[in-house]
Amino acid sequence: MTTETRKVLLGPLFDNNPITLQILGICSALAVTSSMNTALLMSLSLTLVVAFSNMFISTVRNHIPSSIRIIVQMTIIASLVIVVDQILRAYAFDTSKRLSVFVGLIITNCIVMGRAEAFAMQNPPGISFLDGIGNGLGYSLILMSVAFIRELFGSGSLFGLQIIPLLKDGGWYVPNGLLLLPPSAFFLIGILIWILRTKKPEQREAAEFRIHEPAKGEYH
Amino acid sequence: MEGLLSLFVKSVFIENMALTFFLGMCTFIAISKKIETAIGLGIAVVVVQAITLPVNNIILNVFLKENALIQGVDLRFLGLITYIAVIAAIVQVLEMTLDKFAPALHQALGIFLPLITVNCAILGGTLFMAERDYTFVESVVYGFGSGFSWMLAIIILAGVRERLKYSDVPKGLQGLGIIFITVGLMSLGFMSFSGIQL
Repeated sequence: MTTETRKVLLGPLFDNNPITLQILGICSALAVTSSMNTALLMSLSLTLVVAFSNMFISTVRNHIPSSIRIIVQMTIIASLVIVVDQILRAYAFDTSKRLSVFVGLIITNCIVMGRAEAFAMQNPPGISFLDGIGNGLGYSLILMSVAFIRELFGSGSLFGLQIIPLLKDGGWYVPNGLLLLPPSAFFLIGILIWILRTKKPEQREAAEFRIHEPAKGEYH
Repeated sequence: MEGLLSLFVKSVFIENMALTFFLGMCTFIAISKKIETAIGLGIAVVVVQAITLPVNNIILNVFLKENALIQGVDLRFLGLITYIAVIAAIVQVLEMTLDKFAPALHQALGIFLPLITVNCAILGGTLFMAERDYTFVESVVYGFGSGFSWMLAIIILAGVRERLKYSDVPKGLQGLGIIFITVGLMSLGFMSFSGIQL
């Protein structure tokens, strides 16, 4: 693997993560993280859509007039999402019912549009495909880690298998109901960002205002 | 009538687009630094949402539903691509109309309108409408209500953020991190509405 391929493929995991650094694609991400099953399916769908939309858009990039490029990109992305949606309905009907509208919302997921616009329009198909996979994996990583914490501590299971015996079934663990509610996803992502930025200080944002340090004797 | 009123209250408070379904998050976080811009974007979302939902509802019932266009053909799988095209078209038309007839409003909303095409709250509203089989009148009410819920949420967040910039936040949490925690707390506040029976 050359260094460039590696950078394109693995960079989005930690160094340039689409969710925590670029604030892209959180729209449809959070509501599907209450269980690992839905999160995995969502990650897979998104990764496939980003990779293939990047590849197709990059293939036709020299033929798209720049004034209508957004519409062309939208059409390609929407067609891919329809394919994914139909496949999910055919082979994973229950989970696709639980994902409800969020599969359709991949169309407006900013990661897909963002990568098409920022990467696929300038680069050849092969490397664009890899860039799509990389960004999809970066998204999946965040989604799966949030879902892991939410399902493990919220209902004591992983992928629907009981890991920690619950109190109501004669075990010892009292599940934390908050983790199954929407707000917990925000807290978890906030904390994830905090951890990531403590490890990688160069990702920190500068404060807009600095609190004035009181000089000696200024305390009353 | 009562049903419509409760649908409106439900769409604003109980099923808040931004805080319970996380829709439109990218713009929600990117454009909530100042209250004025938040209000501008909020109004634009309400207008677009209140127009696109009924239009998509008509399209769904006249063209896409089973047996609607041709006997025995179900075109609902084309829904996604149709809705997004309708949304993009309406945003474009709205932009041109505003430019012609209300230049002042166009100036104020101008930069936000194109952003709305890729706002998941708009497409999300349409998809919820399709999933729940709303009638035309219900879709008008739901469109207005869900747009309003998003506007309410972004204005509250902008208000909080204007204060937040003066506070002393731990280094790594600055910026994005603390915003997520704030939105989480707001969402927690809105959870209290979920107990209301309508």
